[in-house]
Amino acid sequence: MAVAANPQDLMFKPATEISRLVCAREVSAREVVDAAYAHADACDAQVHAYNQRSDALAYAAADELDKKLAAGDKPGDGLPDSALVGAPVAFKDNMNLQGTRTTCSSRILSNYESAYDCTAVRRLLDAGTLPLGKLNMDEFAFGSSTENSAFGPTHNPWDLARVPGGSSGGSAAAVAAGLAPITLGSDTGGSIRQPGACCGVVALKPTYGRVSRYGCVAFASSLDQIGPFARTVRDAALALQVISGKDRYDATSVEAPVPDYSQALGADLKGLRVAVATDFLELEGLDPEVKADVLDAAERLTRMGAEVGEATLPSTQYGLAAYYIVGPAEASGNLARFDGIRYGLRAQDATDVLDLYMRSRAEGFGPETIRRVMIGTYVLSAGYYDAYYARAQKARTVIKQDFDRVFADYDLILTPTAPTPAFKLGEKTTDPLSMYLSDVFTIPVNLAGNTALHLPTKLSAAGLPLGVQLIGNYFDEANVFRAASALEQDYQFPYQTVPVNVLGA
Amino acid sequence: MALTQEEVRHVALLARIALTEEQVATLQTELNGVFDYIDQISKLDLADVEPMVHSIPLVNSMREDVPVPGLDRERALMNAPAREADAILIPRIIGPGADA
Repeated sequence: MAVAANPQDLMFKPATEISRLVCAREVSAREVVDAAYAHADACDAQVHAYNQRSDALAYAAADELDKKLAAGDKPGDGLPDSALVGAPVAFKDNMNLQGTRTTCSSRILSNYESAYDCTAVRRLLDAGTLPLGKLNMDEFAFGSSTENSAFGPTHNPWDLARVPGGSSGGSAAAVAAGLAPITLGSDTGGSIRQPGACCGVVALKPTYGRVSRYGCVAFASSLDQIGPFARTVRDAALALQVISGKDRYDATSVEAPVPDYSQALGADLKGLRVAVATDFLELEGLDPEVKADVLDAAERLTRMGAEVGEATLPSTQYGLAAYYIVGPAEASGNLARFDGIRYGLRAQDATDVLDLYMRSRAEGFGPETIRRVMIGTYVLSAGYYDAYYARAQKARTVIKQDFDRVFADYDLILTPTAPTPAFKLGEKTTDPLSMYLSDVFTIPVNLAGNTALHLPTKLSAAGLPLGVQLIGNYFDEANVFRAASALEQDYQFPYQTVPVNVLGA
Repeated sequence: MALTQEEVRHVALLARIALTEEQVATLQTELNGVFDYIDQISKLDLADVEPMVHSIPLVNSMREDVPVPGLDRERALMNAPAREADAILIPRIIGPGADA
């Protein structure tokens, strides 16, 4: 079949288009999986997005779907009522899926077999998608470059010498390279949006509580949220639609009804109020091209009918400091479970139980994980709680108040996503603080708990993806998609020109 | 405020991570760099500010009190580093002195 003869052509189509072809039986689901893995064979040795492919699961799902389609089943009639039926997907390696390992790119979990399914993963697969595998990440999601993976870094498909961002670097790179049209990642301080920016793909952090966290290995439980990567706003919106909603296994998931996000796509921008966060644009170290790109996006929104104004969020300058208290503090508690007893790496020949714990963790954790656990343990230790954790929780309140104040007058806030385009591998590995600063624009949103999306706009003079962050109010993903969809049409970001593309030809 | 190497060793013990002396020295430098940055939070005026423990206002989340199957035993045990029958096998945790 012509369309499957060139795997790359098929894999750069949106998930909705692949689904249409499969449901119309112009291409079989098995051919989709063949194409996905053929393209991965051609370019993943360079990119290293995958930790593990799930061939058996993908082909089993594809063959079952092909059988039902052959019998006359259609979406909504024998098949899930979804525009994603037959679309291939992949998951960050901190989400459990039975039949795969869930390693968190850590030595301590390198052989861990998923004992149950992550709810968001299960819901996406229940919509008829095909699971291709698990994707590389910074160990336990600690990092902004995917260089903290115990299995080696992922490379940016736009420039293999550069990082894909992190921690969900594999999920972003996989979408940019055409390995999968939709992937899931998790975002604790920017781990979906910042790699989305580095790799030039649509990347959404939903409102805290919108998506169940069940089955996603916890980093910081009050901040973590699962969200989608895609090359179109429509694919991202459909993926969010499917994974959202209350889950009995996550008490922090909310009952709020899930709107039909596709209604927001293509809607005009008349009456939409957008604030440019001017203080974000004054940050030292902000790349001039990134700044100009935000101002350009503001002009385009104005031209398309939005009411664009200016606002400041002065307390967010303390966001990074608050985050490096709250995040590590919660992580140090969550990672206490990796002790070499019930699962994971166990040190050999321990002399006593303390020795077993201490050596299992020392052998199993990489340097950044040790740093974070040390920071978290220190700020929670006797005598320091009030100076650090209690202050950071109060800082979250004033940061939330900043957002609430702006959202009283505006529907959206427009900012940069990351201070610079993708940086080079090795550039920030020796200076933890410079790496942490990559997330300075994304972290305040996690602390407040609302939603934000990275939208690719155009390429920089050096050929690297640029883009903007659209921040929405609590549970107002619809307005985020509305503006993103309009800008997407206006910009026409050149996804197909990603250089790694030619490797698959 | 700067962490001493002794404090780094103490925190590592609390965190249950065995560090080499080289790691202690490296972490002392790195953590002090991070804390120099984090300490700017002391500049925020936070008098009369309520702490945020959760970003979304939620009331207790209750479900119907209906039994459902939990994780089955085999799946709970399948990742055990060592097992015997239906149990996870661990090294002795009480020293020889306690044998009597």
